[in-house]
Amino acid sequence: MRVLKFLLQKEFRQIFRDPSIFRVLFIAPIAQLIILPLAANYQIKNINLAVVDQDHSQYSQILINKITASGYFRLKDYSATFPQALQSIELDKADLVLEIPNHFQKDLVKESKVNLFVAANAINGIKAGLGSAYIQQIIQNYNQSVRMQWIQFPRFDPQPIIDVEYSNWYNPNMNYPYFMVPGILVMLLTIIGSNFAALNIVKEKELGTIEQINVSPIKKIHFILGKLIPFWILSLVVLTAGLIIARVIYGIIPLGHYLTIYIFSAIYLLAILGLGLLLSTYAQTQQQSFLVAFFLIMIFNLMSGLFTPIESMPHWAQVITWFNPVTYFIEVMRMVILKGSGLADIKNQIFAVLGFAVFFNGWAILSYSKRS
Amino acid sequence: MNQFFIFVKKEWLHIWRDRRTLFILIWMPIVQIILYGFALTNEVKNADVAVFNQSNDVATTTIINEINASRYFNVIKYLNSYNEIGSTFRQGKIRMAIVFPPNFQDNLLQKNYAQIQLIADASDPNTANTLTNYATAIIHDYQQSLNQNKDLPYTINTNLRMLYNPELKSAYSFVPGVMALVLMLVCAMMTSIAIVREKELGTMEVILVSPLKPFRIIIAKTIPYLFVSIFNIACILLLSVYVLNVPINGSLVLLVMESILFTITALAIGILISNAASTQQSAMFTSLLSLFLPTLLFSGFLFPIESMPWPLQIISNIVPAKWYYIIVESVMIKGLGFWAVWKETLILVVMTLVLLGISIRNFKIRLA
Repeated sequence: MRVLKFLLQKEFRQIFRDPSIFRVLFIAPIAQLIILPLAANYQIKNINLAVVDQDHSQYSQILINKITASGYFRLKDYSATFPQALQSIELDKADLVLEIPNHFQKDLVKESKVNLFVAANAINGIKAGLGSAYIQQIIQNYNQSVRMQWIQFPRFDPQPIIDVEYSNWYNPNMNYPYFMVPGILVMLLTIIGSNFAALNIVKEKELGTIEQINVSPIKKIHFILGKLIPFWILSLVVLTAGLIIARVIYGIIPLGHYLTIYIFSAIYLLAILGLGLLLSTYAQTQQQSFLVAFFLIMIFNLMSGLFTPIESMPHWAQVITWFNPVTYFIEVMRMVILKGSGLADIKNQIFAVLGFAVFFNGWAILSYSKRS
Repeated sequence: MNQFFIFVKKEWLHIWRDRRTLFILIWMPIVQIILYGFALTNEVKNADVAVFNQSNDVATTTIINEINASRYFNVIKYLNSYNEIGSTFRQGKIRMAIVFPPNFQDNLLQKNYAQIQLIADASDPNTANTLTNYATAIIHDYQQSLNQNKDLPYTINTNLRMLYNPELKSAYSFVPGVMALVLMLVCAMMTSIAIVREKELGTMEVILVSPLKPFRIIIAKTIPYLFVSIFNIACILLLSVYVLNVPINGSLVLLVMESILFTITALAIGILISNAASTQQSAMFTSLLSLFLPTLLFSGFLFPIESMPWPLQIISNIVPAKWYYIIVESVMIKGLGFWAVWKETLILVVMTLVLLGISIRNFKIRLA
């Protein structure tokens, strides 16, 4: 135990005496956490619309007004012809083109049937999908109001109507940062924890100071623990800073207990730091170690459900996510913070992450060899 | 000139002999393309839903079957009470709950009016919105099928056309994004680390006393990475055409030239970072936090830039990846020519010249 105490003292001194580590460990993640959620916003609004109105009638004008008044669309320009509107899509000035044909009003009233044309820039599929859904909804509502004007409906509507009522639980204001901030906090903790751990042992190798440790009577397990504990404590401090920012800036107050978050984070950090140390025992240079860690963490983050939903993945990819510790942490953070899940709700995730922690750290201790 | 090539060769051997690093440099873009192409999608499908059905009649069963049959939903659970909805949500099992009130069919057929409640887990607002839209559409289709034989008067039909990407595949927006990400990573991050490494290990001193001009030293360091990136671009393009079926609609030569321009921009940033950093660790973290994340966020391939608050929209203009992304999208997917992207190209050229100018001026011939 005395050995461990001295090792910890050494590690902490090294960390606190290097101002650049300190900067990276605290200032960078805090700045990131403040900026990233503002940027990571999937909400589709301000869709740029180009209108080709060949009718110039009262009806087409009302329809255009309804569309612009919905708040989803920004009317970018009136084009005279469809090819001209297409060019504003090519140049990214418009995302969506609405073409109102000649005799729109006349045909609607006389023939009782008329066609509108909508073309969307579908390179970004989700934007095109939502944009066209919104515009179709508006057109449908408009259609309904025209119909009401022209037909006298009987007092009891002859066609059966199903009224769909929505409620949005856990985030009724549809506030996007509520969803992203917990996830981004997880991502930052993972990047910082794993990379620092990955660089640490290999730095001693590269600078040659590992020789001194190798010839000293320090046990392997003490050495690994001596590396693990300081970063574990610092990461928990970063987590605390992150939770404070989430609360002060984004007003995110967890529905569940802070204690649940800390219990899970403590186990998770052991796993992710263990992974870093494991990479560190194998790597020869910092560049190598950093790159391998970066590569793994990037895959972990992409496959974690942070940016894209997991259930949309094909089955083989979903199987991969079971072996990804980040998936569990993101799930748990969102569940505890937004839905108020308790320890009993997340017991599967706890066991999974505990397994990772034992596996990575055990392997790291076994693979660290005092002979070079 | 001969000296110069010897330097390039030395740098190349550094990369070539570190097999693990080389392995990752080559596999990173390939794995990314495969993940983005096959595993990751913005689409919402196969969402698990629970049903609380208080009617159990033909109408409700039909609607539930229709919902279950669509590719967006999996009905995984039937609930017995309203309170169960909350606990199922808390266990993280479902994304949406559908509640049918009692006497659904009777109300629908006799009073011509019935209600359905959709409860979405809005902790993810986008998915909640999308799922509610899909479910509403399915329910409306069912309602429409009830009065099929009646032709509604005064109907406006909307003909919808999806341009460039009729199947709405995510790969179309991800491929240009991955290209920007990989080039930024390989060039900027790797060069900055390679240069700082020589500082940290002390071998920089040997190089600085050589008769080669500092400008050439830097160029020699970057050339091998330029070649690695060109190799990466080739891999990405081949994979996207032959594996993901994302076509190259425009000129391949233009696309490659623009990519090389962006590579040079990234190399210039790498040199700049290496000037400022004194240890490999700080070079790595500076590049990670100041390059990787902004490229991911501000290039516009994951998150729409126009939805961001205006200060961030302004910041996004200084991220080179944003301009490169626009160029690749226009040339590769929309098939446009140089006339459409000359402005973006000019911006990249100016950025590159400024960055190179600053980094060469600041390159210190003397170590502290």
